Amino acid sequence: MTKANHTLSVRDLHKSFDGKQVLRGVDFDIDTGRSLVIIGGSGTGKSVLLKCILGLLKPDRGTVEVNGRNIAKQTTADQKYMTGQSGMLFQGSALFDSLRVWENVAFRLLNAEKKSRKIAREKAIDCLTQVGLAPEVADLQPSALSGGMQKRVSLARAIASDPQILFFDEPTTGLDPIMADVINNLIVDRVKALGATAISITHDMASARKIADEIAMLYQGRIIWRGTPDQIDNSGNPMVDQFVHGRAEGPIQMTLRKT
Amino acid sequence: MNLFAMIGSMTVDALRETGRMANFSGRSAISWVLGPFYWRAFFAALGRIGFTSLPVVGLTAVFTGAALALNIYDGSLRFNAETFLPQILGVSIVRELGPVLAALMVAGRCSSAMAAEIGTMRVTEQIDAMSTLAVDPFKYLIAPRILATTLALPILVLVANIIGIYGGYLVAVYALDFSGPVFITNLADFLTVRDVVTGLLKAAVFGFLIAVMGCYYGYRSRGGAQGVGAATRTAVVAGAVAVLASNYFMTSLFVET
Repeated sequence: MTKANHTLSVRDLHKSFDGKQVLRGVDFDIDTGRSLVIIGGSGTGKSVLLKCILGLLKPDRGTVEVNGRNIAKQTTADQKYMTGQSGMLFQGSALFDSLRVWENVAFRLLNAEKKSRKIAREKAIDCLTQVGLAPEVADLQPSALSGGMQKRVSLARAIASDPQILFFDEPTTGLDPIMADVINNLIVDRVKALGATAISITHDMASARKIADEIAMLYQGRIIWRGTPDQIDNSGNPMVDQFVHGRAEGPIQMTLRKT
Repeated sequence: MNLFAMIGSMTVDALRETGRMANFSGRSAISWVLGPFYWRAFFAALGRIGFTSLPVVGLTAVFTGAALALNIYDGSLRFNAETFLPQILGVSIVRELGPVLAALMVAGRCSSAMAAEIGTMRVTEQIDAMSTLAVDPFKYLIAPRILATTLALPILVLVANIIGIYGGYLVAVYALDFSGPVFITNLADFLTVRDVVTGLLKAAVFGFLIAVMGCYYGYRSRGGAQGVGAATRTAVVAGAVAVLASNYFMTSLFVET
């Protein structure tokens, strides 16, 4: 049974594709208002885990409880409940390139909440300001923005409906270190301002240390370690040590074909 | 794998694909009724598919009408039936060539664009993003496009019919020495409302099929640029084949009744 202060509880989550097992029984809880960062190498199932929680992929087995409600069966009502609670920043920003920046930010307000265009635009400009973008950006097309600005617009879109749970998929990938730190600061700032629960996936350790209250490592479809950012350098887990220090040698073996 | 197993496997795959497509079409039709219906997306699609296709459909129609007039004249001259040119031209364009050629042009122009646009949205996670923003991508992206194409094609065909007949009229009057008033009188006396309506009904079905193919293959595309390219190619080919095949079945239905 989920404890009352857990916003999200994942139990025994399994997912496979064409016989290849990606998630092999993921278990974790997140308390309300906490920020959990899930780290792991490429292909370990981080994005699949996030998509299973968000209802974009249906898990083969297991439960996903949001505020005590199991949404793993992904009925229409479950999906509506989940999308009503959450906002997501995608790795590639995933902005709608046929819409202007403010229409992207206000997409949910315009099309799901049926707010008037005037109110939605005002809210969009407010959100853009919160992520450090000038109101003039509102009328640009996403293609006119740099990668860092697109991430900020995507963050503004994620927070536009004041969600309880925020998901961040590789928020700093493809950004220079300074812009990555700007995005990290914005994430910390906005999550605290909203009082939201946050789940991020990344393999950027600088980002993980900055935005996490807790870090969990996913390896071979399971959470193999969990602790605070201060504990990660002395985790006592050789796989975590190898990942944190970015060493090719260690228990995690990358399959390389020799020519 | 032996031959029978291969044929069986291909048959099962084809049936599975047909089932998915039927489900996709049905879901779209249900979305029109149950809503929410996104009018802004619908009118944008209507403009893109209908209005901007007018030049290419008009050009196709005028040259087809002109060439058809020459062919009918040349063929019917052999048994002294050249005076029937307006009637044959009218029936050919209104019942057959107008709907089919307009549909093929729209399939080439719009089915590919739909597959490419929706496919790109799929591989860049824009469709996933839409889901996380509490908007059903099917209702926002697919249903308005299918309805817009279904409604736009009959209007395009009506325009193509008029332009095509006008192309034939120009050739008949200025190159073949037909009398303009006689041409128009013969055409108007011969053509029936049924000829026009059956052509427009065909056009609506073609529009539906073209849009379903474009949206279906785009929505299901995977794997980056190559996947989107493959989806676009398949959408155009499937759309054109669906138009030609359904044209035969509808023609046989309309001719018999």
